Amino acid sequence: MNGWLQITFYLLALLLLAWPLGLFMARVYQGERVWLVRWLRPLENGFYRLAGVNPEAEMGWRAYAAALLVFNGLGLLVVYLLQRLQGWLPLNPQGFTAVPTPLAFNTAVSFASNTNWQFYGGETTMSYFTQMVGLTVQNFLSAATGMAVLVALIRGLARQRVSAIGNFWVDLTHSVLYILLPLALLLALLLVSQGVVQTFLPPQTAVLLDPIFEGDEHITTQHIAVGPAASQIAIKQLGTNGGGFFNVNSAHPFENPTPLSNFLELLAILLIPAALCATFGEMVGDRRQGVALLAVMLIVFVGFLGTAVWAEQSGNPRLAALGIDQTASASQPGGNMEGKETRFGIANSALWATATTAASNGSVNSMHDSYTPLGGLAPLLLMQLGEVIFGGVGSGLYGLLAFAIVAVFVAGLMVGRTPEYLGKKIETFEMKMATLVILIPPLVVLLLTAVAVSLTAGQSGATNPGPHGFSQILYAFSSMGNNNGSAFAGINGSHPFYAYSGGLAMLLARYWLILPILAIAGSLAAKQKIPTGAGTLPTHTPLFVVWLIVIIIVVGALSFLPALALGPIVEQLSL
Amino acid sequence: MNTTFRWGPVMRPALVLFVLFTLLTGVAYPLLVTAVAQTTFPHQANGSLIEHEGMIIGSELIGQPFSDPAYFWARPSATTPYPYNAAASAGSNLAASNPALAAQVQAHIAALQSADPGNPLPIPVDLVTASGSGLDPHISIAAAQYQANRVAQARGLAVSEINKLIEAHTDGRFLGLLGEPRVNVLKLNLALDDLASR
Repeated sequence: MNGWLQITFYLLALLLLAWPLGLFMARVYQGERVWLVRWLRPLENGFYRLAGVNPEAEMGWRAYAAALLVFNGLGLLVVYLLQRLQGWLPLNPQGFTAVPTPLAFNTAVSFASNTNWQFYGGETTMSYFTQMVGLTVQNFLSAATGMAVLVALIRGLARQRVSAIGNFWVDLTHSVLYILLPLALLLALLLVSQGVVQTFLPPQTAVLLDPIFEGDEHITTQHIAVGPAASQIAIKQLGTNGGGFFNVNSAHPFENPTPLSNFLELLAILLIPAALCATFGEMVGDRRQGVALLAVMLIVFVGFLGTAVWAEQSGNPRLAALGIDQTASASQPGGNMEGKETRFGIANSALWATATTAASNGSVNSMHDSYTPLGGLAPLLLMQLGEVIFGGVGSGLYGLLAFAIVAVFVAGLMVGRTPEYLGKKIETFEMKMATLVILIPPLVVLLLTAVAVSLTAGQSGATNPGPHGFSQILYAFSSMGNNNGSAFAGINGSHPFYAYSGGLAMLLARYWLILPILAIAGSLAAKQKIPTGAGTLPTHTPLFVVWLIVIIIVVGALSFLPALALGPIVEQLSL
Repeated sequence: MNTTFRWGPVMRPALVLFVLFTLLTGVAYPLLVTAVAQTTFPHQANGSLIEHEGMIIGSELIGQPFSDPAYFWARPSATTPYPYNAAASAGSNLAASNPALAAQVQAHIAALQSADPGNPLPIPVDLVTASGSGLDPHISIAAAQYQANRVAQARGLAVSEINKLIEAHTDGRFLGLLGEPRVNVLKLNLALDDLASR
C-alpha cells in the first residue's frame, strides 16, 4: 500500500517538474534569452568565437549529421585513449594500469553512444581522472547529442519549404550550458548532502568492529573506496547515461545512500525525457501533441511498473518453501529481496528497474539478474520496445516520433488516405527511414543473441543455469542494442567476443538510427504544411494514443515473444 | 545543396568545442562540486566516516560483517574475496531459479538457527538474502527483532532492553512516505558496546 503511495507521489512530482522544464527548454532551443541562465551568454559566445562557429548559419541534414558524427567519433577516441593511458595520468590513487583493449573499446563506444553499459567495476578499473575527464564529459556530450537530434527533427516538423534543420554546434552548446550543466550542479550538491561522496582522497581504511576469518586469513580492516562520485552520478541520471562510479551502480550506498537521494535520482532519470514532450508540443505550436505522446509513455510505463512491483512483492516460491518470511509488514519489506537494498525495499527497487529501462538510462539500484522471472521480464521487454517509453534524452522521443509516423501510415492504409503527421505528408522516403529506425534494433538484438548462443565464446557469458542463462545473454544484447546499459549483471563479459559484438550493437543502435532520423528531419523541413481537413487523422486524441500504443506493443511483441518464451517465461513456469 | 563534403568547417569546431567542453564539464564542474561539497558537507563528501579515539572504525553508510552472537548480524554479502569488501562492491546475481541461491539461503538459515536454537520467530527474507551492493548497512526491523533474543542472551541483558535499543536506532521512512524503515547494523552494535562499557 505504502509502495503505491510512493509511486503516485513520484509520478505527480515528475509531471509537475517536467512540464515547466519542457517549456523552458523550448525557449532555450528557439534561441530566446532565458532569465535563469542569461548570464552564461558571454561564455556561449566565447565558445563560438574560439571554435569559429557562426551561430546564425544553419545546416542541412547532411551537414548536421556530419558534424555530429565527427564530434561523437572524437569523443569515442578520447575516452579510449584516456583508458589506455590512465597509468601515466594523474588522479590515480589506486594505481590502476591501462584498461585492456577490448574493454576500453567497449567502454568508449558505450559512453559515446549514451549506452553506458559497463563490463567493468568502476572502483576496481577506472582512475578518478578517467571517470572525470573521460566518462563524465561523455555523459554530458552524448546526452546533448541526443537532444540536438530531437530538436532538429522537431524543426523539420515545424518548418516548411526550407532545407535547414538548425546548427548542430549551437544545439549542442545550448543543451550542455543551459540545461544539463545547471541541473547537474544542483543535483550533485543535493546528493552530497545525503552522503554521496565527492572527494579526491584515496580509499579509506577502517578497523572492523568484529574481525572475521576468511579461510585462514584474518580480516581486520575494511578498505572503503571513495572518489569524486556525486558530480558524475548527477549527470549520469539526468542524461539517461546510467554508468555508475562504483560497480553496483546506484545500489552502492555511496551512490545512493538514502530514500531521499533515491527519490531525487529517480526523478532525474525520467525528468528530461518527460519534459521533452512539452518541448515538442511547444515547438510545433500545439501543446496537445506533446500531451498525447507523454500519455502514451505514461500508460505503457504504469502497466510495466504494476507487473514488476507485483512480481517482486510476491517473492520467490523457492525461498517460501524453505520457511522464509516474505510477507510485507510494518517491520519488513518482504518480497524477493535477493539483490535489493533494505532502504529501498520492493517498491523503490521495482520502480527504479522500470524507470531505468523505460528510459534508456540503465543505472540500477537493485540487481535485475536476481529478479523473479516475470519481474525481470518487465525491464527486458521495456528495452526491447525500442527505448521509446521515455527513452533516452532526445533519442526516446525521436524514436517515438518514428513510431508515430508508422502509426499514421498504417491508419492511412486502413482508410485509404494519404497519411500525414502535423500537416506533413508522410511519403515513401519517410516511411523507409522510420522503418529503419524501428527495425534495426530488434534485428541487431536477435541476430547477435542468436550468434552468441551458437558460439562457445557467447555461451561463456551465461552464469546461471537453465533458461535464465539464455535470459542473461538476451538481456545483454537487448540492453546494448537499444543503448540502455543495464544488465543481468552476472553475465560474464570477460571474453572479447562480448566486448566487440556489444560495441558493434551499441554503434548500430545509436548512429544507424540517428542518420535516418536526421534524413526524415531534412525531408520534412522541405515539405509544405497542408491545412487540416475533414479527412485528417487527429494525432492528439485518446484514440490516437491507444493506436500508437498498439503499434508499439505489436511491433515489440512480434519481434520478441519467441525469445521471451525461451527465457523468462519458461523460467517462471519452472519455479 | 552542396554535395562535396569539406573537413575544414567541421574539424575546427569539433576539436575546439571538444576541448572547451572537456575543460568545462570534466574539470571545472567536478572541481566546483568538490569545492562546495568539501566546504558545506565535508563529513558526507568524504564518506560519512565514524571515528573513535582517532581511528576510523567504519562508515555510517557502509555495512560490516558480523559473526559474534553478541552482535547483530548484517545481511549476507556477495562481495569477493570476503564479505563486505568495500573496495569491490557486488551482488550475487543469482537467478531466483538458481539452485545455488536456495543452497546459500539454507546455509544462512542453519547458521541463524544454530546460534539461537528454538527461536520461534519466522526468519525475515532480508536476513538470508544478499543485498545488491554487498555493502548494505541496514537490516529490516523484523531482522533486528529476530536477533534480539540471541544478542540479549550473549550479553546477559534483558530482551526488552535490546528491543528498546533497536527502536532507538530505527530510521523511519523519509517524511513518513519514502523508502523503507530500517536499522543501521554498525551503529546499533556500537550502541550495544557503549551500553556494555557504561
